[in-house]
Amino acid sequence: MALLEIKNLHAQVGEREILKGIDLTVASGEVHAIMGPNGSGKSTLAQVLAGRELYAVTEGSVTYDGKDLLELDPEERAQAGIFLAFQYPVEIPGVSNMYFLKAALNAVRKGAGQPELDAMDFLDLVRGKMTAMKMDQTLLNRPVNTGFSGGEKKRNEIFQMAVLEPRLAILDETDSGLDIDALKLVAAGVNAMRGPGRAMIVVTHYQRLLSEIVPDFVHVLSEGRIVKSGGKELALELEAGGYAALGIHDEAEAVARV
Amino acid sequence: MTAVAEQTGLWLTEFTNQPKAEPWIQKLREDAFERFAQVGFPTTRDEEWRFTNVAPIVRAQFTTQAPAGECNITEEAEPHLTRHADINANAFVALNTAFLQDVQYVRVPRGKVFEQPIELTFHCGPGQAHHPRALIVVGAGAQCTVIETYEGEGAYFTNAVTEFVVGDGAVVDHYKIQRESLEAFHVSTMQAAVGRSANFSSHSISLGGALVRNDANATLSEGTEATLNGLYIVNGTQHIDNHTILDHAKPHGASHEMYKGILDGRATAVFNGRIIVRKDAQKTDSKQTNKNLVLSDNAVINTKPELQIHADDVRCTHGATIGQLDSEALFYLQSRGIPKSEARSLLTYAFAQDIIDRIKVQPLRESLERMLFEKLHAHSK
Repeated sequence: MALLEIKNLHAQVGEREILKGIDLTVASGEVHAIMGPNGSGKSTLAQVLAGRELYAVTEGSVTYDGKDLLELDPEERAQAGIFLAFQYPVEIPGVSNMYFLKAALNAVRKGAGQPELDAMDFLDLVRGKMTAMKMDQTLLNRPVNTGFSGGEKKRNEIFQMAVLEPRLAILDETDSGLDIDALKLVAAGVNAMRGPGRAMIVVTHYQRLLSEIVPDFVHVLSEGRIVKSGGKELALELEAGGYAALGIHDEAEAVARV
Repeated sequence: MTAVAEQTGLWLTEFTNQPKAEPWIQKLREDAFERFAQVGFPTTRDEEWRFTNVAPIVRAQFTTQAPAGECNITEEAEPHLTRHADINANAFVALNTAFLQDVQYVRVPRGKVFEQPIELTFHCGPGQAHHPRALIVVGAGAQCTVIETYEGEGAYFTNAVTEFVVGDGAVVDHYKIQRESLEAFHVSTMQAAVGRSANFSSHSISLGGALVRNDANATLSEGTEATLNGLYIVNGTQHIDNHTILDHAKPHGASHEMYKGILDGRATAVFNGRIIVRKDAQKTDSKQTNKNLVLSDNAVINTKPELQIHADDVRCTHGATIGQLDSEALFYLQSRGIPKSEARSLLTYAFAQDIIDRIKVQPLRESLERMLFEKLHAHSK
């Protein structure tokens, strides 16, 4: 059975419809890439799956693990194993990373029917994962994302994912703003988490992340619909010919050519 | 005049019934009561009380707390007592002074460092009126920390006045924890005269009370550094008014002011921060900030900076914000599995955190952290 099944999903913000009928099926163990130009609805899809109230779903269904996902609050989705790595991680002054992460981990563990971790076990777990992400341990005592560089914020997202061990990870433009070294580090963190018990949806504008995180499937999103699906070679096609080769207008590309 | 007489008449009996004190004290009391009888309680027509209606205090009848014994005021206090908190500036100060009886007098000798905080706790019971008075005189180069706590049960009226005299080069940290009952009326004035090159900080944490008015005023001398911080958390129908004055009288003074408020329910709050830079006070550096987090549609905040600058080579900045919880931050926390109610209280607590972080006394900071945490969790449920 598929872990995630999206059928004819329509969503809008205010009066403006952004998703205009998305169909997507993701099974556990698979990595799906969603590509598309700016404004195609990639980030909206990611946020809708995580439960952002800003977007109203007007039509269609999303089934996750046999349940109606759209009925769940954002926290219930997280507790059920969904994780969104934000394109723009939010700064939260006054809340330490440590406190935040412990509250999150224990909420997710509770959701999974596991006992809460005590402070010692939590620290052991977190320190190991920080070392793997080459993160400075002092980040734990700093407020969440506050004063972090762009790269630190993105690494912090993947680090949180490593701690929370989701069943479905959605990565929203995790590559944006990263230099190549940071990109490789983030990709290694993601790759280390690939496995049969976990599905991933990798949202990106560019192919370069997908040469580090090689997807099983690639979908091209344009104007709120998936217009083409294929294997990993589709990403390379896009890289060579641009979105224009698929007949898709991409503002960013148009600007780059001027 | 009749209305004033009616209001003050109730207090006249209380005033005349108190045991006589030494002549110099008796004179202070009588002058103060005369002033009070003359002006009566302020009304919302007074600019300083525009948003705070004290009618509920005027209407209520309280019994002035029976004196615990002999008048304890030492002659040593005479050069300073009532010389700083002006009976002409505020009718409540006059009323407090009219009932001078039990003065918490603290003297820190010149150059002496008090390692342990001096703790003053004022407790009030139902139906009582209480006029707590403190005078803290800190010698030149001395150092101390003073923690005042106000608490009680039921409906009562606390009318407090605290005077600080901070000698040249002294370092004084003051914390005022107001956790009165939710039915209580609390009016207070803190007046500090801060000497040359001295460092004075006052932190006002206001959690309780039905109707609260705090005046926190400091006069700075040459090279003085003064800090006024405040945190007020109100819910239900609570009303709190914080008025502050930082008076830069001499050159090279620096003042920092940060007041933060959290409002929920139908609560109302006022912040009025006056900064005076007198003609001689060149090179003054002053910064004032008031930030408010409004958690409900029915809560109201009135915030007003009041800068009176008479010197030309100064730096004064001020800023006020009124905002709600950041919906992106809420979603971020929820997306990590943290329930919405907990996410709300976490963000609210985080808003208050930087005022709490400025409290240097560790046990006090920790007990306030616990108090706030419980209060804000109760808010969100």
